[in-house]
Amino acid sequence: MDMIARTGRARELRLELSILGVFAGIFLLFLIGNPRTFTSFDIYYSFMSTIPFSGIMALAITLVIVSGEMDLSFPSIMGFSGWVFAKLSNVLINSGTDPTLAIIIATLCCFATGLVGGALNGSLVITVRIPSLVATIGTMFFWRGLVNVCGQGFGETLVPVKETFLFKAFVGRLGNTIPAQAIWFVFLAVIFWLILKRHRFGTHVLIVGDNLESARMMGIRVHRVKLFVFMQMGFFASLAGILASLEVTYLWPSLGEGYLLRTLAAVFVGGTSVFGGMGTIFGTFIGAIIIGSLEGGIVAIGLTGFWTQLIYGLIIVVSLSIYSYFRQRE
Amino acid sequence: MADEDIGKKLVSMMDIQKSFGKVEVLKGVNFLVGYNEIVGLVGDNGAGKSTLIKILTGVHQPDGGDIYFKGQKITIHTVQKSRDLGIETVYQERALSEQQTMWRNIFMGREITDRFGFLKIDNEKGETDKILREQMGFTSKAITTDSIVKSLSGGEKQGIAIGRALYFNADLIILDEPTMGLSLAETRKVLDFVRNIKENGKSAIFISHNIYYVYPVADRFVILDRGAIAGEFLKSEISQDELVERMVILAKTGKME
Repeated sequence: MDMIARTGRARELRLELSILGVFAGIFLLFLIGNPRTFTSFDIYYSFMSTIPFSGIMALAITLVIVSGEMDLSFPSIMGFSGWVFAKLSNVLINSGTDPTLAIIIATLCCFATGLVGGALNGSLVITVRIPSLVATIGTMFFWRGLVNVCGQGFGETLVPVKETFLFKAFVGRLGNTIPAQAIWFVFLAVIFWLILKRHRFGTHVLIVGDNLESARMMGIRVHRVKLFVFMQMGFFASLAGILASLEVTYLWPSLGEGYLLRTLAAVFVGGTSVFGGMGTIFGTFIGAIIIGSLEGGIVAIGLTGFWTQLIYGLIIVVSLSIYSYFRQRE
Repeated sequence: MADEDIGKKLVSMMDIQKSFGKVEVLKGVNFLVGYNEIVGLVGDNGAGKSTLIKILTGVHQPDGGDIYFKGQKITIHTVQKSRDLGIETVYQERALSEQQTMWRNIFMGREITDRFGFLKIDNEKGETDKILREQMGFTSKAITTDSIVKSLSGGEKQGIAIGRALYFNADLIILDEPTMGLSLAETRKVLDFVRNIKENGKSAIFISHNIYYVYPVADRFVILDRGAIAGEFLKSEISQDELVERMVILAKTGKME
């Protein structure tokens, strides 16, 4: 056992089995607690339509954490870029632009906003040399504040783009049953897994997070790696902003609030190390499903909503204890 | 220094200066390495040995001075540039990524990929296995290409750092305190690596503050003291005991004789 545990593959396998164990345990409890609900498709439909928003951001923040950094501003970037998306769609449509063209332009501008937000975080960390935990507290307030100033507290309807192709591609229903965002989530999870485990960029992210000085001495362009890591976070926050607001065909000016801790919880429950240099996309994927299904599941098995946070806390503490135990033994 | 001398040397670092803030670490150092020559760079902690080397490998930029490689004047802006020239380094800090597997460590910074940047993992593992058996001489079954570096001993880690440098077939290999923290048997192995470099017709810079390790393998000794060259000796000119004696005097008086 100990000899096997020294290899990379054994470590991954053990981690992935642990998270699967937690996942199976929770769904077993759900099934026992309320067999009728959890054997019908409806609850899974609801999970599939809501989990991807924070799930996609959890995939992206996994790379940030693996690189040894932190980003607290992504929910605010989600909010502001989502506002840009909705506002621009409406302005364009009201001035006579075809909705199909309007949503394409709005989407591109939304992505650009997310990338700028990520690049700003990256520059503050790399050039101005503010630790990312602190820098992104600043940008968290900044982008949230910008939504408030620009939107004046008003939301934006997204009904006019409802008939466009892009709307269906983002949040349509495949075969009238599977939410498109769930397919995006699964697709992106595979891409992120490939990037982290099989691509040069992911390798550099791991090495930078593991030992920054080693990475620099071995010729890895550590600043560029970190900048890309923050920029992809911004990009996927903006995508999540589009998905979450299109799903309800309305842009709430509070878009993104409440996502921060849940998204981070998904990553850590998934087994990614807070110290950087080690992370698992598979774990994050399952972690996001666990965290995203708890609230609905708890209510479905007959407990009141008051239990939710308590159970969140229990599951986070228990899974982190398991991982810590494994780490000690390595 | 005449130009024809620069042409005959593998590396010529001329009048290198470097300060960190107000601390003057290198005060106009001339440092040469010949073809197929092992140079022992010795000096106390803080003499500037590592800084001199990091300038040669592109980690630091010099504040003044010129660097020539194979007779050509060059500037080394990045680590990548020094590697492209054929300079490999085994850093004092080993420059390993401890939570990663051995095969990722061997290829860190220059992964074998397809044109889309995806790793050719089978290639990397295969080459690592070769390095493991042929260059590092690891026979233990507990150590595989998929071993996590953190779980290895100090000597094994040093073996990875050296194996990595040898693998990429450099003209100049720099070893920065390669025997630090190693057992006697492991140290002997490192010294064999250095002799191997000489036999293969390559050059090396062997940095240490322990003359007993440097003396047997080096052809020439350069003594650095407080950011300046305090003395240079060919092995034929000086015995090990004399060299040690001069180092002791240097430490006491700041002069070689």
